[in-house]
Amino acid sequence: MLSVLLCMMRRDLVLAVRRMSDVLTTLFFFIIVVSLFPLGIGPEVEILRLIAPGVVWVAAILASMLALGRLFEGDYRDGTLEQMLLAPQPLSVLVLGKVLAHWAVSGLPLVLMAPLLGLQFGMTVEGLGVLLVSLVLGTPAISLIGAVGAALTLGVRGGGVLVSLLVLPLYIPVLIFGAGAVEASVTGLGAEAHLSLLGAILALALCFAPWATAAALRISLD
Amino acid sequence: MALAGINWFKYSSPASFYPLAGKMMPWFAGLATVLTVVGLYMSFFVAPTDYKQGEAYRIMFIHVPAAWMSMFIYVVMAVYAALGLIFNTRLSAMMASSLAPTGAMFTFLALWTGALWGKPMWGTWWVWDARLTSELILLFLYIGFMSLEAAIDDPRRATRASGLLAIVGVVNVPIIYFSVQWWNTLHQGASISLDKAPSMATIMLVTMLVMTLAFWMYTIAIVLYRVRCEILERERHSEWVTELMEERK
Amino acid sequence: MGGYGGYVWGSYIVTALLIAAEIIWVIQRRKVLLKRLARMSRLTKG
Repeated sequence: MLSVLLCMMRRDLVLAVRRMSDVLTTLFFFIIVVSLFPLGIGPEVEILRLIAPGVVWVAAILASMLALGRLFEGDYRDGTLEQMLLAPQPLSVLVLGKVLAHWAVSGLPLVLMAPLLGLQFGMTVEGLGVLLVSLVLGTPAISLIGAVGAALTLGVRGGGVLVSLLVLPLYIPVLIFGAGAVEASVTGLGAEAHLSLLGAILALALCFAPWATAAALRISLD
Repeated sequence: MALAGINWFKYSSPASFYPLAGKMMPWFAGLATVLTVVGLYMSFFVAPTDYKQGEAYRIMFIHVPAAWMSMFIYVVMAVYAALGLIFNTRLSAMMASSLAPTGAMFTFLALWTGALWGKPMWGTWWVWDARLTSELILLFLYIGFMSLEAAIDDPRRATRASGLLAIVGVVNVPIIYFSVQWWNTLHQGASISLDKAPSMATIMLVTMLVMTLAFWMYTIAIVLYRVRCEILERERHSEWVTELMEERK
Repeated sequence: MGGYGGYVWGSYIVTALLIAAEIIWVIQRRKVLLKRLARMSRLTKG
């Protein structure tokens, strides 16, 4: 089982590395969206520091949602996905491998870039640390939940806009606990409770999302 | 028990449910009308003016039933969707898609009347209260369900995909509600007290229940009517629909 | 309505309008559908 997972991940990572521009597009989108906020709101450091966790989190959600289209699209077009459906290995494991690889190329760069953007917003070092941890826990959950939406809208006209309508409401708990963790640590409440809940969401998503995504893929390719 | 099983399966076929729904629909529509008249009479003439909120609390007689129905319909819709996916029954999937527009309407009504109640009571049309926020998210879930179904051309895939989405949504509803509640208690910045009607008098509670029943019966009636359209549309190439059309002439 | 008339009527009237609109909508849908089906059955016969 583990070897199937790793094999799938390796394949998708190799494919992603061969097309580095896709990864960079997502990353730059994230940076640009975050940079737009000071321009729209004004350069007052106090306000910026206040809104920084929310801005970074919303931008991360939007960026990873944009990347969702690529999760199954390529394999769907060249027919690989249908082969995966017929494969003797459980589809949910294959899906999990794909999603984890997808997170490594679309979520992980955002996580690594986030502290830098946080510095621009005048966040404290402690706040940056919590932001990093909350993103590490939260972005995989976002990729997992988003995979269900991506599988449901596979090959549907206007799928890109539709997928945002489907998955954004489902992202709300992750956003609340993710941005809330940073805020709680800044105000001195301690971020443990938020981070634990974020971890719980990730655990739940790890259990159920691959399975739901597999079901959605079967429906879409029926 | 065996008898119940037979009946159930008989009416889970669209062809035999179609006439049954036609026979049941007027009864529920009639019940809904009677209950609405009674409920409206009670909410305007029987229920006394609230000493604290004045006449504005009469909005509650629509607001609370609409909010209850919006959540109830979503759960029922998800149950039908699950039945449709698990047992592959066409009828349950049709019921799920017939429920969605009415559920979305009640969600919108709950938000609308909530805003109209909040303006005189709280002084603002909208606050980021946990209940209001989750109701708004519920509306998004309904809209997502309906747009996914509308976007997919193949009707079989459309119902199955939207059914799966409804199930994923219903799993998320408690998590969303809990997280919004948590978020709200953390941000107790609003100076407005969010307490609703203090202690509800019996007569107000009864009126609310009558209105809820009225909405419930209305929902059943309109969903039966809509599911009949749905059945005809999807089964239009089948023999029994052709025969039915012959008879109508 | 003790100064709250606009809010109370605003709620009740919008509710009534939406419910009426939904009823008209489904009746219209059925009418259009039946017409189409009737045309279809005529075409297949003739």
